[in-house]
Amino acid sequence: MLAEKALDLVRELQRSLDGTLPPYNEDKIRQVLEEMQTLFDQNKDKAHFAAEGQTHLLSAIQLRHAAIRRNKRCLLAYLYNRLEQIKKMRWEFSSVLPSDVKYNLCEQEVQWFNQYNRLLANYMRSLGENGGLDLTQDMKPPKALYVLVRCLVDHGEFETQDGTTILLKKNSQHYLMRAECEHLIRQGILEHIVQ
Amino acid sequence: MAAYSVDLSTGNNYFDLNDILASQEKIPCIFNIAVEGLGYLDQSTPDPDIGVGTKLELPLWLAKYLHRDARGIVSVETPKTYREGYRQILAADPSVVDLHRLGPHFYLGGGKLALFNLPDIQDVLKTLLQTFQGRFRRIMDGSQNALHTDLTNQINMLDESERRLFAAGQRGLLEFQSWESRESEKLSTSSVVLNQRKRKWVGACRDSGD
Repeated sequence: MLAEKALDLVRELQRSLDGTLPPYNEDKIRQVLEEMQTLFDQNKDKAHFAAEGQTHLLSAIQLRHAAIRRNKRCLLAYLYNRLEQIKKMRWEFSSVLPSDVKYNLCEQEVQWFNQYNRLLANYMRSLGENGGLDLTQDMKPPKALYVLVRCLVDHGEFETQDGTTILLKKNSQHYLMRAECEHLIRQGILEHIVQ
Repeated sequence: MAAYSVDLSTGNNYFDLNDILASQEKIPCIFNIAVEGLGYLDQSTPDPDIGVGTKLELPLWLAKYLHRDARGIVSVETPKTYREGYRQILAADPSVVDLHRLGPHFYLGGGKLALFNLPDIQDVLKTLLQTFQGRFRRIMDGSQNALHTDLTNQINMLDESERRLFAAGQRGLLEFQSWESRESEKLSTSSVVLNQRKRKWVGACRDSGD
């Protein structure tokens, strides 16, 4: 059947959009592009004859053209939805993606991610009076300036705003400024303890 | 926090994955014009061309393109699952029908039929609406009140858009519960990060031959 491979791509993406990003399926995309090229070449040949008056060829040309458009739609949707997912990850993981996520991106997607990062950073810097505003902070309305946190993994040394260095060791507990540790909590390094 | 919108799009979005999947549903078509060189679409004959009068099930996206009016390349018939027989079943009691088996995108695909000049399209669309009205109460009941019950049986019978609705209802209930127990002010690891970590962990197990 026509445009079957492109649909596979869409299915594959649809299955795994619950928070992860599947590897960029370069192989399949190439196959879809090849199918489109074949259909296009056939159409070009036939269009030549059709123009000379063999109108019975037109129906086949239309059918192939529909398949080309379908393939195009599937490919664009694949790329677009991946970008949306990468954008979401920028807000969840902060500006540095974990290596295994990065491994699943293609080169152009990495470029796009870096440019998005730059745009977002510039925008956040331009906000407010002095030094900008970090929009990725306070995803939930803050209730206290300081929060009690427990380390879930060995993270190493961490320098707070007032200059003291603390060691984030597994199972150690700290009383930190919320603004400083919110990112670490979102990334699963610290756990917020509510008393 | 996650947005509280339920994606029940009517399929006007070019990039919508669900819409693409729904437009893959098949519709019976009859060819009015011979199509040269595309006989491989019809696997029942070795003929290289599609002849006039050939009956084929084509996906909706293709039928929509080939079908303009009576003079189009194909003319279409109502798909079996939307015909009188099934409509009667749905009219009798919509809440017991397994819509997922009738077509995982029952509503979206059915809505797309409106693009064709089917003789019974008004009845089909009315059935779609009444089916949803009849089933909505149970969906809401199940997603809002049964937190600790196994609902797999009920969910299995829902079509894809109903499942999204169900999931949204359950998420709302869970978040209300966590607000009641003052869990919602607790900062937590984002779900994207958590899922990512689970995958990584599963992958690591597989690599070490576990």
